[in-house]
Amino acid sequence: MKALKFLYAAYIITWVIHALYLGSLVRRYSRLRQQMKELGK
Amino acid sequence: MKRAFPILAIITAALLAYALYQALVVAPADAQQGEVYRIIYYHVPSAWTAFLLFFINFVASVRYLADASPSIRQAAKWIAVAVGVVGAVAAYVIPLPAGIRPSAIATTALAIPAFYFFLGKYFPGENLDILAVTTAEVGVVFCTIVLITGPIWARPVWGIWWAPGDIRLTSTLVLWLIYVSYLILRRFSDSAQTQKLAAALAVFGALDVPLVYFSIWFFRTQHPQPVIGGGGSMDPKMLHVLMISWTAFLFFAFLVCWSRYRLETLRREVEQAHAMASLSAADASRGSR
Repeated sequence: MKALKFLYAAYIITWVIHALYLGSLVRRYSRLRQQMKELGK
Repeated sequence: MKRAFPILAIITAALLAYALYQALVVAPADAQQGEVYRIIYYHVPSAWTAFLLFFINFVASVRYLADASPSIRQAAKWIAVAVGVVGAVAAYVIPLPAGIRPSAIATTALAIPAFYFFLGKYFPGENLDILAVTTAEVGVVFCTIVLITGPIWARPVWGIWWAPGDIRLTSTLVLWLIYVSYLILRRFSDSAQTQKLAAALAVFGALDVPLVYFSIWFFRTQHPQPVIGGGGSMDPKMLHVLMISWTAFLFFAFLVCWSRYRLETLRREVEQAHAMASLSAADASRGSR
């Protein structure tokens, strides 16, 4: 039962890392879009 | 092209869900490790994906450096072919340590010229550099997962989080540090030579990948034998699930790389637009004097 905690921890951490990275991509993308818009004005 | 991305995203989500079901429900429990061994279905595909991305980064960096000089470009083509052919022949001629399949070495050697020409054709000029930074960054994400899930798996199985001095573990950490340095260099250096310096660092960094992979055969290590390429013995049902999981991870990595590639392209466009705006502002102020 204790070992299961390690299994779930590994799976959850994997997706937390991917989610954080995808979040950083989205943030950087929207910042660039904003800059592009400001340059267009 | 605009439609391809959401379609691929749906396919990837379905594949990842299927792989998760296979890993947690369908795959049989391990006789020795019980349920915790199922970490393998995230740990190993993440490692393979990271290696593949670092391999693409290596070839893209070599091609980028070679294309920068016309005299080197011609010679580099033949060197790439020679590396592939000599590597493939050597895999069958030179006696390899027990457990290493010659076909695995030959395939990797032949992949070098194949990727070299493919990347040169479909990612010309600056696109090679964009591809290099993309694969390095996404590769670091997957390598981070390997370095975190590994100790989580080791704790209940070995009784320790980390085996200090273990060559497989240490070389993986060094690999991660090299590519983190590569990303830091790219992020903070303003020099016009940054791209070439980063490409050179990537070439040396990639040399650590074979060390990580083959360390199991050449050194005594706590880490188990690999499940493909020879050496390990894995239940066919488990191997089947592992392959499903890796396929899902490959689709996911491709999707993430696609997004990161678009982001880098946009970043360079914005940078160029900023430079153009500064130039026109300077011209306007000179004209008004």
